Order: sequence, then structure tokens, then C-alpha cells
Amino acid sequence: MKDKFQIEGLDLFYGDFQALKNVELSLGERAITAFIGPSGCGKSTLLKSLNRMNDLVEGCRITGRVLLDGEDVYGDMDVNLLRRRVGMVFQKPNPFPMSVYDNIAYGPRTHGVRSRARLDGIVEKSLRDAAIWEEVKDRLKKPALGLSGGQQQRLCIARALAVEPEVLLMDEPTSALDPISTSKIEDLVLELKKNYTIIIVTHNMQQATRISDETAFFLLGEVVEFGATEDLFSMPKDKRTEDYITGRFG
Amino acid sequence: MSGKIKEKGMEILFLACALASIAAVAVICLFLFMGGIPAIGEIGAGEFLLGRKWAPQDVPASFGIFPMILGSVYVTGGAILLGVPVGILAAVFLARFCPRPAYRVLGPAVQLMAGIPSIVYGFFGMVVIVPFIREHFRRLGAVNGSSILAASILLGIMILPTVIGVSESALRAVPQSYYEGALALGATHERAVFFAVLPAAKSGILAGVVLGVGRAIGETMAVIMVAGNQPRMPAGLFKGVRTLTANIVMEMGYASGLHREALIATGVVLFVFILLINLCFSLLKRRMD
Amino acid sequence: MRDIHGLPAVNRVSLRQRARSYLRRPLSLLLFLLVGLAALLTAATLLFIIGYILVRGAPHITPSLFELTYNSVNVSLFPAVVTTVMMTLLSLLIAAPLGIFTAIYLVEYARRGNRLVGLVRITSETLSGIPSIVYGLFGMLFFVTALHWGFSLLSGACTLAIMILPLIMRTTEEALKSVPDSFREASFGLGAGRLRTVFKVVLPSAVPGILAGVILAIGRIVGETAALIYTAGTVAQIPGGKDALFLSGRTLAIHMYVLSSEGLHTNEAYATAVVLLVTVLLINTLSAVVARRLTKG
Repeated sequence: MKDKFQIEGLDLFYGDFQALKNVELSLGERAITAFIGPSGCGKSTLLKSLNRMNDLVEGCRITGRVLLDGEDVYGDMDVNLLRRRVGMVFQKPNPFPMSVYDNIAYGPRTHGVRSRARLDGIVEKSLRDAAIWEEVKDRLKKPALGLSGGQQQRLCIARALAVEPEVLLMDEPTSALDPISTSKIEDLVLELKKNYTIIIVTHNMQQATRISDETAFFLLGEVVEFGATEDLFSMPKDKRTEDYITGRFG
Repeated sequence: MSGKIKEKGMEILFLACALASIAAVAVICLFLFMGGIPAIGEIGAGEFLLGRKWAPQDVPASFGIFPMILGSVYVTGGAILLGVPVGILAAVFLARFCPRPAYRVLGPAVQLMAGIPSIVYGFFGMVVIVPFIREHFRRLGAVNGSSILAASILLGIMILPTVIGVSESALRAVPQSYYEGALALGATHERAVFFAVLPAAKSGILAGVVLGVGRAIGETMAVIMVAGNQPRMPAGLFKGVRTLTANIVMEMGYASGLHREALIATGVVLFVFILLINLCFSLLKRRMD
Repeated sequence: MRDIHGLPAVNRVSLRQRARSYLRRPLSLLLFLLVGLAALLTAATLLFIIGYILVRGAPHITPSLFELTYNSVNVSLFPAVVTTVMMTLLSLLIAAPLGIFTAIYLVEYARRGNRLVGLVRITSETLSGIPSIVYGLFGMLFFVTALHWGFSLLSGACTLAIMILPLIMRTTEEALKSVPDSFREASFGLGAGRLRTVFKVVLPSAVPGILAGVILAIGRIVGETAALIYTAGTVAQIPGGKDALFLSGRTLAIHMYVLSSEGLHTNEAYATAVVLLVTVLLINTLSAVVARRLTKG
């Protein structure tokens, strides 16, 4: 398996608080990697460092390297192009207050697609890929905020797919959803793996075992253990990992 | 026992005060309409609102306020054209671009702008804007500089703090998740602000514009000092014009009889305009919440 | 940005990167420039207005402008200053208790869902949207004519009182609402009645907010013209004596209007503009300072 992301010696501070300590990880291409760990352990912070969304946080300082296909994302790379290559799905569905169509078309338009026919094609393909086309094809002009929570989240996934990213970052994408919507999203993520590299932060260990190929366990800003999901959950090498996955933590 | 009486007494006093503000609106409506409606009846509503001639001293006198209605509309339209784009863009700057140290100066500056009395704005218009137009637009037909253009520019400046204030708070009320969502798709800061945040603040910004319209249409002293105040149909951007508000102030000092009542009726028309604008504003604000 | 372990932080965008990004995306650059330009234009306009009036007006401020009585030679603004102070005090005397008490009723007494609260809010919104000339017209019809008070301090003050009522009401309401409920509960818990709670506990903590609103109202009174021309009139002397309340007098803003519309005393109008502008700016700054003290706690 080829590596998509290589993280080397990454330290991250919020003001004086060190949120990530010397993180070293290699994340495989066209695979699903899960980040697990208790809240405040740094897993979301690491995710946001991969597409530089942490740049928005005041007082955030990073040292180390994050290589995407061998190129440092904190080097000379254009931030906007980076975020186009590395899409993101947020914890709470955040469709724009526009129509379903305009939500999907927002990204392509941002990157210069003007032709109506091409936009139509992109919108349909993205919605199909996100397994929501059948549900919204008759209401493309309706406001996206009228959809249910699960539909909104799949819409946000479709919106991210519309700019043809290589990587999808998912920050607890199902934590705000009901079980049925959750399983739909999980099926979708497994399907998307064929074409995309997916990195998912989750609180839900069952979810990690169900969908991920590899798992990283975080604690207090450090990567405690990283390996194939099966191995990590069936025979954890570290005592702390074992405590966490067996629920004896804290 | 006396404590209980005091409690009850004060509660009644507080209630009475609350009722007083309602009474104030009622009395204002009552007196304005009572003072103005009979004149409208006597002149004829059509003749009054659509008549193109205002000549209260002629025999027989004409009381058509259509020129003034148009005057108010043109001047307000000009102010909106000039003030709204600048105001919205400045609000975007304050809400999404301004570094914090600069905001500490610019935020209060906008409030200061709202605090300058209209008479001072008017004076400024009279000694700066009017002479400027007189000197530079003579070839385009400017006579003495007092004109629709002068009033539009001045009112455009005067509505800036209103438009900026309301738009800025509307922009700040937009959830950060829209902005982040746009950035995560590879949008630049500018694109995210203009194509994701700004549309979400649409109705709030519109409310600011409506409030600005109310300010502009109701402004009196500043307009009088720069608009020329000729009671005739608007004749061009560089020619003088009279607004509804100016009509009242210009002639109330010496009017009597039907003339005076017609001026009060002018006030009634203005009042109705304002009530309609306020209604729009509250509806928009409700939609925003 | 401070270094970590002696290493420079990597998560910053250099100026060169930003410039390159803008060159690649002309629309973003254009929007950025437009936004900056609009802010610059707004700030420059304000500075120009204030600067122009101060620079042109300051040289015309002479001792004769402050002589005790007005005549057409000295064009003294002193009587107008005194009248302005009288007018302000009188208006506040009427509007402040009314506005503050109304707010107390709305916040402390009215039950949730009380129809009256909605009605008062609608009327206060309506009042705050009415242009000052309409207030002036009403004042003329009601106080001057119907009540036979004539052009007088009292007519003017009553008109202004209605005008600033919504402002005082709204700021007081917000100030009262920002007082934590725990204060009230503590007071009730000690067996204090509602009235005692309001006056001894709630009002004192709301004072800065109320004060900021009152100061803002003073600013509006000082700057007001249209509502006063046909209610207080334009007599240039200080209304004095036994029935001063029923005498006409001009405030500073009216004084300035008369001077500039007559066109005979442009220099004095400049000077008056300076005095008026500085006064109003000071008042607004004071209000902002008081309000900031409120938010700091």
C-alpha cells in the first residue's frame, strides 16, 4: 500500500498548551484510517492540520512536516489548492443556506467551472456518488436546510466530492445522526474507499472496527498505538490502548 | 401592611409608564391624522397626491405634492445607490477583514458618524458639496450647486453608519460553519465571505438597507441645506428639488388655513411612508431571527 | 510568532504566498481591494468632515461669541448653550423616569407572554423610526396649539422627551436583562419584596447601561433641530424669569441652523459647528466609555 500522507515530527500548540506531541504517522492511499481516543486527545486537531484548517485558530503554532504525496503542505503549496485536494466533512452537517444544487455547485464554481451543462453533470455525479441522488433529484432547487440531518450530511459529502478531492477528512461525521443515517453513511464511506483516501475521526469504536483498515489511538496529544484495525482491537500492544478499547479507561 | 400598599402602588406606577408610551403613539397618530385628513378631503386625495403643481399662494391655490413625493424618492434612491454598496462593503471589512487593533479605532468611528447632528452634516454639504458641484458640473446644467446630486451624496454619507451597523451585526451572526465549509472546499477567504457568508446574512443586510431608506426619507435639516427646495417636478440630477420633509419646514412658519393643513397632510403622507418602511424592517428582522 | 523548541512555526502564510494566491485569483484580489477601499472611503469621509469643520471653524471661535447676551453684532452662542442645557435637563426629567420605569415593568414585573409587553415593544419600535420632523409637527399640533403652551421650552422638551423615550427604554431594558437572575433570587431568598429587589439589587448593577443610554439620548437632544423649530421656536435669548418654561428659546443646533440659513454669519456658523461637533463627539465618547465599563463588569 502506497502512503498518501506522511506526518513527521508534528508538534502543535494552542498558545501554551501542547495539543500534539511529536506525531509520526503514515496514512495509506485508498484506505480508511480511523483516529480514536477520548475527547481532547488531539485526534480532531491532527485531522485539521492535514488541510490546514488549524490556520484559522488564533495562537495555533505548528512545527514538523506533513507530506501529501511527498510534498510538504506547510511548504510552498497553495493553501486553497491543498484544501481542494483534501476535502473535509464536519461533525455537524453544515450545508450552506442555498438550494441543494447551489450547495454542490459551490465548489466547482469556486474553481472556475461556469458551463451550466458541466455543472449539471458534476452535481448529478456527486449526488450519485454520495448515494443521495434518488432522494433529492426532484428537489434540487429546494433549500438544503430543509433536508433531514442524515441527508444533510450526505449532501455535505457530495459537496466535498464535487471538487474531485483525493482525500476526504471526516471529523466525527455521524456523531450528530441517528443509527439508520449512521449506517447509510458508513456504507457510503466503504464505497468511497475505492477512489478516495479517507481519514475519519470517531468516538465510536464499533464504527472504527466496522469500516477502517488502520486505526491510530490518541491519548493526551500522543499517538499511543497505530496499526491494522483488526490487530489493534484484537491484540493491542499497549496497556493504555487495551484499557481504552475495553472500556476500562479512566 | 403599608409595605404591601407601596409594592402595589409602585407596580401600578410602572404599568402606567408602560402604558404612556403606547398612549404617545396613539396621540401622535390621532393628532396628525386629525390635522391632515380634512385637508386631503377638501383638496381631493387624487389632486393632493398626484397634482403636479404646488402653489399655495395662487388664486385659486394648487396643493399637489407629487413633485415632493418624487423629490423624496429620487433623493433617497440616490442615497441608496451611493451609500449602500459602500456601507455593505465596509461592513464586510469590519466583520471579516479588519485586524483587531484597527477595529478598536474603526468600530467607534462608525458610531461617531451616527452621532454627528444632521445640522452639521447639512452645513458640511452646504460649504463643501454644493460649491463643488456648482464649480465642476456647470456644463452639465448645475446652476447653484444645490441639487438632487448634492442631497444624494450627503444622505448617502448620513445613512452609512446605519447600513454598516445593521449589516455588520448580521454578518457576525452567520454561523462560522458556513465560512469553514467554504474554506474546506478550497475557497479563498474572499470567496468564502462573499459567496457563503454574505448570502446567509442577506435578510439582515436588507433590513439595514430598509432602515437606511427610512433615515434618508425622514431626514430634514441636512436636505434643506443642500437640495435647493424648489417646489417643482424634478428636472435633473444637477437641478434643485424639494422633499416632503423640506416642504413642511420651509412653509410651516407662515402658513395658515388650508395651506397649513396641507402641510400637516404632507406630514401624514411622510408618516405613512415611514410606517410602511418600519413594517418592512420588522418583517425582515423577524425573518432574520 | 514564537518559536517552538527553537524551530520556527510552519503554519503561516508568507506575504509572497499570499501575493501569488491573489495573482492566481483576480476575483479574490478585486473583492479584497473593494472591501478595503470601502472601509478607507468611510473612514476618510468621517475624518474629512470632522477635520474640515474643526480647521475652518476653530479660528472663528472668539471671546465675543461667548458674551452673556445675544445681539446681531456679537452673534453670541452663549444663550443658546444655556438654553440647550435647560432643554436637555427638562427633556430628561420627563423621559428618563418614564423610560426607566417602563423598562422595569417590562423586565421585572410583566409575566412571560404578556400581551402588553409585545404592544409596548411594537410602539417603541414605531417611535424610534419616526423622523424628527414628524415629532416636530406633532409637538406643534399638540403641545403648542392644543395645549396652548405656545413656542416654549416646555413644548420643545415634551416633544424631545417622546423622541428619546424609545432609546432610554431599550437601553434600560437591555441593561436590566443583563443582570443575572441569581442576584434577584438571592434577594428574594432573603425575604426582600420585588420593589426592594429592583431598587437595591437590580438597578444598581444596571446603572452603567442605563447611564450609557441616557448619555446617548443627551447627544440626540443636543443635535436635534427639526423637532424643535416649530415647538421651541428660535428666540435667541435665554428664557428666564418666573414663567421661563413657557418662553421660546433656541438650542445650539437651532442657533446654527438660523445662522447658516440666513447666510449672513457664515464664520459664526463655522464656530458654532465646531462647538456643536465637539460637544456631541464628547458625549458619544463618554457613552461608549460608560458602556465599556458595563461589559467589563
